[in-house]
Amino acid sequence: MEFGPHLLLAVLEGAVTAAVLSLTAAGLSLVFGVMRVVNIAHGEFFMLGAVLAWVLVQVFPGHPAVGFVVALIVAPLIVGSIAAVADLTILKRINYDPERTIVATIGLLYIIQQVTLMTYGPDARAVEAPFNQRLALPWVDWGEGGLQVYYPWGLSTTTYKIAVIGAAGALLCGIWAMMTRTRLGLVMRATQADREMAQAFGIPVERVYAMVFGLGAGLAALAAVLIVPIQQAHYLMGGDPLLLSFIVVIIGGLGSLPGTVLAAVFIGLSDGVISVFFSPTLAKIFATLLVGLVLVFRPQGLFGERPA
Amino acid sequence: MSLLRTRRLCKSFGGLEAVAGVDLDIASGEVRALIGPNGAGKTTLVGLICGRIAPSAGTVSFDGSDITHLPSFRRMRRGMAYTFQITSIFPRLPVRENVALAARVHHAPDVVDEAVTSALSRIGLRGEADQIAGNLSYGHQRLLEIAMGLAQAPRLLILDEPTQGLSEGEVGGFNRLVRDLAGDMTILLIEHNMDVVMATADRVTVLTAGTVLAEGAPQAIRANAAVQAAYLGTG
Amino acid sequence: MTDTSRILALHLGLIAVLFALNFLLPAYHHGNLSRIMVLASYAIGYNILFGYTGLLSLGHALFFAAGMYGLALPMQHAGLGAVPAFVLGVFAGAIVSAGLALLALRTTGVAFMIVTLMFAQAGFLTILYFGDYTRGDEGFIIQQAQRVIAGIDLTDETNRYMFAWALFSFCLLVCLALIRLPLGRTLIAIRENEERVRMLGYDTGLHKLTAMVLSGTLSAAAGAAYALLFGYAGATFASVQYSIFPLLWVLLGGAGTVIGPFIGALFMFYLIDLSSGITSAYMLIAGVVLVLLTLFAPQGLTGEVRRRFWSGLP
Repeated sequence: MEFGPHLLLAVLEGAVTAAVLSLTAAGLSLVFGVMRVVNIAHGEFFMLGAVLAWVLVQVFPGHPAVGFVVALIVAPLIVGSIAAVADLTILKRINYDPERTIVATIGLLYIIQQVTLMTYGPDARAVEAPFNQRLALPWVDWGEGGLQVYYPWGLSTTTYKIAVIGAAGALLCGIWAMMTRTRLGLVMRATQADREMAQAFGIPVERVYAMVFGLGAGLAALAAVLIVPIQQAHYLMGGDPLLLSFIVVIIGGLGSLPGTVLAAVFIGLSDGVISVFFSPTLAKIFATLLVGLVLVFRPQGLFGERPA
Repeated sequence: MSLLRTRRLCKSFGGLEAVAGVDLDIASGEVRALIGPNGAGKTTLVGLICGRIAPSAGTVSFDGSDITHLPSFRRMRRGMAYTFQITSIFPRLPVRENVALAARVHHAPDVVDEAVTSALSRIGLRGEADQIAGNLSYGHQRLLEIAMGLAQAPRLLILDEPTQGLSEGEVGGFNRLVRDLAGDMTILLIEHNMDVVMATADRVTVLTAGTVLAEGAPQAIRANAAVQAAYLGTG
Repeated sequence: MTDTSRILALHLGLIAVLFALNFLLPAYHHGNLSRIMVLASYAIGYNILFGYTGLLSLGHALFFAAGMYGLALPMQHAGLGAVPAFVLGVFAGAIVSAGLALLALRTTGVAFMIVTLMFAQAGFLTILYFGDYTRGDEGFIIQQAQRVIAGIDLTDETNRYMFAWALFSFCLLVCLALIRLPLGRTLIAIRENEERVRMLGYDTGLHKLTAMVLSGTLSAAAGAAYALLFGYAGATFASVQYSIFPLLWVLLGGAGTVIGPFIGALFMFYLIDLSSGITSAYMLIAGVVLVLLTLFAPQGLTGEVRRRFWSGLP
């Protein structure tokens, strides 16, 4: 393949990564924004979503779409409930102390990961996509006799990948609408702005926290269900989404949803492009260094406003 | 010659001028009180003097040299000491260690113990030396804060609302302490309680809206009509 | 007995008991204890930064690995002798910790945790990236013939134990001495109330830098010793897991206590050792212990002893 078509392919793959990443990172950002805690177990909730999707598809055999739709609804609910319970039994008791929360969620990370290993096992397992038509993509080039449209070999995507991008976009709009237009969003934003004041106004802060923590984990699980027909479900798959979400949330400005989405698109696309042309390990080295340096020199994020 | 001097000192927070062009001269050996209504900029001004806040403009000199750009810890080493408005001690460490931490910076290792004992005796906490600081009463914690200041053997001791929350008896003791210290060091006292100011200060500076409204002897300040309107009249 | 003599009795007693155990323990536990003493040295290094200075790092594997590879790579590729290689490993740890400190100490709290985590991860990935030299995850074996210091063969069980014991004793005494010196007292005060320490006239930035370099250097010494004594260097020792372990040991044993890191490493080692007979998912134990500690015993085992019985325990 020539450079142009190759780049288009990289961008398309990057767009899928960006779509899934923005959902996962939105979950992490929501938890950080409202609760001011960092959830290190976020990647494990993602993994749990993918594994549960595989389990649910086995429970509902028949057309792949049936099991998949069930998984799309049920897996995030289960994962969200697990997270809410973890919030009420662990984080609430340590009073959301930022440092102790990190230590506790590291513990939670290992518990979830290792319990999955003991039950689901060490294998990577695939889930069939509900629909998966190959779409060959045209490329325009100057040839003999002027402008030519042709279909380069290998330049293709699938209807499912396009659907993932669309679904992620719709879901993000949904979250945005919920945060800005609904009473629930208002309650969450009030809690974010001032916990004590919210409590004084009768907002059940503890319930809001449990719900936000559940919602954040549920978003990660949802993203995982979407990606599992493309990747495979594996008990160690939580590491990369955690790292990438971190990168996105920190670069986008901690706790800012639009910044998070913008950064997810940026990171998703550049990850796709860099991984196609360079070594993925090198790409990750640059990404981790970038997070570290951004936190050191521009803690408000690359896209965030400098506080007055 | 003045020990501390500020010239056109300014600090603005996002357009709001908290300190707007303050010229302050404190002579060596005097007890100066800084008073003013809430929000007058007293704490900001003191923050600028001891280096906790960077100024937007203007200069601070201490003992004849410009210290505007020195970090706070270097200013302390040059002979300033600052006691916090909100009690700031090491609550989980013993009283003696609290004071020793202050003394170690400013004394040779072999005289640290002596300096600690002397600071604690002066403040009347010698008997509590081995207690955990957090277990002291509120009034004693305020005194410990001052003892830490003394152990620094400062030339300029800045006391930020030291009598806040003290009982009447404790305030009386504090007044005697300040007069007793006055010969040894220069004192800048930020104070709300006018009785304390009248009892201790040699001169008084009145700050309103970030500028110096008046300066003079305590009796003259009490008689000043503008000060009464701006400050005393409301109290 | 005065507090000082009780403290000396406790710590010198522990060192003496560990020395005696060399002659008493059966082979299996003898080998385990060599390993535990090296890991406990790592934990003591970690504790200087976390327990005494109050800075929670999630990136100490970088320092452990700096020591490990600082020793192992020159031995493997340049045929360097064990002694200069060990010095090189410790030196590498000092340099790397100073470099990370200059960057990470510009942040505090959660940001400090994430920054250390990220730089350590970048270090881990770098080791993978240069797989031609490091052999990545698979790692490489240091030849038996090279693991000799002044004619003493470190592959011999007893020699290995004694080297680990000497390293551990050194780290323990350094830590004990540190917290009785003004430097250590100031670090503890920084942990309690940094702003107050600064306003007493201390350069807190310089103190924190010193603590981080000391902590990183001891961690690197442990990493170099681990490679030398057990003859292996692998990328696993640079992974996040090996940044979490010292945190776990110190939390379990008691942060800000001198013997806590040893107690924690000992308990955790045997907890995992016993459970690995039952399940391969031994990290589950680590996870459960972490959560339980945060919930019920943030002071750790030694911290509880201090709270209940002996408030002067350092």
